[in-house]
Amino acid sequence: MRRALGYVVLAFFAAVALIPLLLVLINSFKTNPEILSNPFKPPSSFSFGNFSTAWNYGQFTKGFLNSILLTGTAVLVVLIASSLAGYVLAGRRVRTSSAIMTYLTMAMTVPIQLFIFPLYAGVASLNLTDNVAVVGVILAAVNIPFATFLMRTFFLNVPAEIEEAALADGVSTFGLLRWILFPIVRPGLITVGVIVGLNAWNEFLLSSTFLQNPEDQTLTLGYLTMNGTFSTDMGTMMAGALILIVPILGAFIALQRYVVDGMASGAVKG
Amino acid sequence: MARRRELIGYGLIAPALILSIGIVVVPGIFTVVLSFTDWSGIGPSYNFIGLQNFRDILADNVFGTALLNNIKWVVLFLTVPAIIGLLTATLLLRRRKMRTFFQVIYLMPYVLAPVVNALVWQTIIYNPNGGIFGFFGLQPPTASVRTSLYGAAIVDMWHYFGFLTVVYLGAMRQTPMDQVEAAVVDGAGSWKVFRHVYLPSIRPTLLLMGVMTVIFSFLAFDYVYLLTQGGPARSSEVMGTYAYAFAFSSFEFGKAAAVGLIMSFFGLIASCVYTWLSRRDVTE
Repeated sequence: MRRALGYVVLAFFAAVALIPLLLVLINSFKTNPEILSNPFKPPSSFSFGNFSTAWNYGQFTKGFLNSILLTGTAVLVVLIASSLAGYVLAGRRVRTSSAIMTYLTMAMTVPIQLFIFPLYAGVASLNLTDNVAVVGVILAAVNIPFATFLMRTFFLNVPAEIEEAALADGVSTFGLLRWILFPIVRPGLITVGVIVGLNAWNEFLLSSTFLQNPEDQTLTLGYLTMNGTFSTDMGTMMAGALILIVPILGAFIALQRYVVDGMASGAVKG
Repeated sequence: MARRRELIGYGLIAPALILSIGIVVVPGIFTVVLSFTDWSGIGPSYNFIGLQNFRDILADNVFGTALLNNIKWVVLFLTVPAIIGLLTATLLLRRRKMRTFFQVIYLMPYVLAPVVNALVWQTIIYNPNGGIFGFFGLQPPTASVRTSLYGAAIVDMWHYFGFLTVVYLGAMRQTPMDQVEAAVVDGAGSWKVFRHVYLPSIRPTLLLMGVMTVIFSFLAFDYVYLLTQGGPARSSEVMGTYAYAFAFSSFEFGKAAAVGLIMSFFGLIASCVYTWLSRRDVTE
């Protein structure tokens, strides 16, 4: 009896999470009059017209390319910088390791609003606004502190004997990292990559501030622009939402182990 | 040899530090300077005007609304999603087979972009012409001055609670099984086991998430900006949207910096607590 009650509670919150997404699914195939008459009713026929309209007006081809470039830049920069820094901090290879860790803890909680206005002015004076890769690097800088901490814990779990043996064999630091340590901490690299990728793909405040030119907009910004024209065309808006939701949910389900592990380790920003 | 090792160490840590300092810290210091100027954000001309920006802001009624809204945001997020997260995590603890299934579903809104979540709610749920609210003949919360903030907060909490489920469940699973078994042998019911075994065991996680929630609540921006733009009649303005409007609508970067500084001050208090807590956790 109590066990059943527990499932009712769990199912209730599952419904809370899912119902808005299910509404997107059923209404993306419907015409506007169909939605107006009853948004809960499944579509009577499957028409894909909404999807091509949304794709064209949301500029999704360009959006996907820009989002991939932005996310790819952020993930690559974070992976390189945070894994090298995590390695140094795990082995306390510099005397100032504790000070650097304190710095990173503070940097992790510095709000975007504390640096966005002068950063915008600086980037604008260098004519680097509307540059997707630049925003990728900025997002990387925001994510580096937490990623470094996460990578550090992965390096801490590598037995010291492995490194000692390799160094005794005359392996260089670069060779040690590239051929021995990185393969061992691969799960950490994947977790960091997935979480930073998700953050960068979904980011709003920095991307919308630095990418105002329609040519350089990411997927989500293109969808936001579409809202201005199509806010009364609900079917098209829902089709646009579905186009944005499906790839992310697909990637999430495929990689959920890494996402859940990364979050459970308490290393993620809300 | 030790010196060489130290040099290599600095070389390896340099990219992370240079990026973080150059992009986050240096502009952050500029924000402090800017907040004492009347800079428009364009061109090189500006004057130091002392505390004038802060005086203007404190005299502005909208700032009072924004600050109060941030405090309401803190109270809401410290309770509603935390309770849902704890409840669902506790229920999932003893349902091993269904655990992954429910965690994945709860996290779905969390992994989607705020832009997508906000526009989905605005279009198909809050929309008075054809959305769920319209279908039932209701006015959406985002349209009224009394409820607009809650209209945005509901969507943000909907997107956020699954994250807490996963974090709390992760922490609860670290609880030593022998403690749980000992309590059960002593005849403790599930409430007592939760209250006296699991809750003390996840206390560090609860505190850290609490501090994080306070920080993020003072920085709330996305969902308010996307769902209400701080309206109607600036009723749902939070400090994040208030600062943003100064910078990019009225081009008063000095004032924007001043609000950014005030917001960060609340974050800084919480982040000092955070540093202190995580250090204590490490030493314990």
